[in-house]
Amino acid sequence: MDPLEQPETAGPSHADVRPNAPVQGADVRADHVSLSFRGVRPAHVLDAVSLSIRPREVVALIGPNGCGKSTLLRVLGGLIPADAGHVLIDGDPVTGPDPRVGVVFQEPRLLPWLTAEENVRFPMRLAGWPKAQQAARASDLLGLVGLREHASARPGTLSGGTRQRVAIARALALQPSLLLLDEPFSALDALTRERFNAELLRLWERTGTSIVLVTHSIPEAIFLADRVVVLSPRPARVLAEITVDLPRPRRLTDLDSAVVSSLAADVRSHLVDTTDDAIAMEEARLAIPAGLPLGGAPARRHAETEPGTPAWFDPFRPEDPQ
Amino acid sequence: MSVRAGASVTVRRPGPRRLAATVWPIVLSLAVFVVVWQVVIVVSGFPPFVLPGPLTVLQRFVKAWADGTMWPHFSTTLIEVLLGFALGSTVALIVGVGLARSRLAERLLSPYLVAAQATPVLALAPLIALWFGTGLFSKLVICTLIVFFPVAVATMVGIRSVDKRLLEMARSFRASGWQIVTRIEVPGALPAILGGLRVGITLAVIGAIVGEWAGGDTGLGILINIARASLFDTPLMFATLMTLALMGISLYLVMIAIERRLVGER
Repeated sequence: MDPLEQPETAGPSHADVRPNAPVQGADVRADHVSLSFRGVRPAHVLDAVSLSIRPREVVALIGPNGCGKSTLLRVLGGLIPADAGHVLIDGDPVTGPDPRVGVVFQEPRLLPWLTAEENVRFPMRLAGWPKAQQAARASDLLGLVGLREHASARPGTLSGGTRQRVAIARALALQPSLLLLDEPFSALDALTRERFNAELLRLWERTGTSIVLVTHSIPEAIFLADRVVVLSPRPARVLAEITVDLPRPRRLTDLDSAVVSSLAADVRSHLVDTTDDAIAMEEARLAIPAGLPLGGAPARRHAETEPGTPAWFDPFRPEDPQ
Repeated sequence: MSVRAGASVTVRRPGPRRLAATVWPIVLSLAVFVVVWQVVIVVSGFPPFVLPGPLTVLQRFVKAWADGTMWPHFSTTLIEVLLGFALGSTVALIVGVGLARSRLAERLLSPYLVAAQATPVLALAPLIALWFGTGLFSKLVICTLIVFFPVAVATMVGIRSVDKRLLEMARSFRASGWQIVTRIEVPGALPAILGGLRVGITLAVIGAIVGEWAGGDTGLGILINIARASLFDTPLMFATLMTLALMGISLYLVMIAIERRLVGER
């Protein structure tokens, strides 16, 4: 066979990789994945979690703090091996860090001694791509996230949001068919975060990967995902899967519709008895559209059922006329 | 963008005024030193073979360089220092990376490392001369011994303090163990490593002189002994010391320049 005429399926063949070229989104299947941490503080983290993600599907994992969402994400990406069960991507088992997966972490995790462009090239350098292709791909990716003019800036001089955009470009470098996002915008303020979510969807439309996203925010999950998977407190089990049947492309204004609020209520009903402060805080902080009775009520109930919760904890109190 | 780049260049490069501001204290302190030196000579009346005056030393320094007395000794010592430093820091870097990556290696080796550091090199030098002769090699061994510890420890500490999250990031892009060392750990530890090297280069000068005193026929350490013991030429001793000091300062400044170049932009 002519070595130049490799079929597209032959791993990360990078000869004709363009960001705009549609990727076949990965078909991911996690089958009864269990995991326990040993060591000083042993913990049962994942309890027979099964998930399936269709090609080009966006799935949001939501659950209380420390329930193992991020761990599940790492198992999907092959960064942590499962004790039992297995993960299949397009039918092939994941045995280690996988070339078909790109990961965006909670922090940008850029190398401070490299420029933005060099950070984007980092995975390609590791993979041994020829220089010219690295440069072309990096330039395309920086264009895709709208940072071409910052190519030679060092991470230290960029804002938190810009750094995370560089990290997203880097995660897309090797043309992954599955993008794993671990609370990627949690460090950003609410407004910037909304904007970034909208940008993420635009990016997803142009790249065509499957996405698994860990989040603390119900509105964020609903806005981005085709399906919201609610996890229980540790050890994580799948409590519910809620299909988000909103048309795409979605707009931020869609978040104000009644469908969204009933979906949010549905998601929250599974979370309400998890007694997790972080979720209540998140709900309060993030845009539940004002004037919707469904928005605040469950959170307030949550705060009231917590005995000994200090008054200042209830974030709705100041605006509450009752 | 080009405007910003231009601005940052002008900020980084000190203008004539800033240069003057950094230079004048050095000139002043040198001047004070020379004046005090001269005053001590005049007041105490020490003969020149005990304490020669600054002018005498300067004349002897110029003469020793002009008539070729200094050059062979200088070049010998410089080669010893540079090669010894290169050898010592290379070994230290490799061992430092190993120590950082393996707690077991650290536990096994650290008693010997500390013992080697705690034993004065001056006391080891005769033994090393006995084993390796009085040629270049024994000097390199001594330099390596003395340079090794600060560089190895700096490397180990530097690599240990690299953000573990960066390692996970690199692993997610399937970096090999070697790639993690060369692309994440060593670059991440570079500021610490360069700090160790900065200490190491000045120690290498000490190592070379100690090695020469334990045996040898050329080198600035030898020239000091010749000037004192056989020539009774105290001004030449001072001129040699001056050469040594200038060598040490220059090497240190070169290290600083390299450091600026490599990590100044972080």
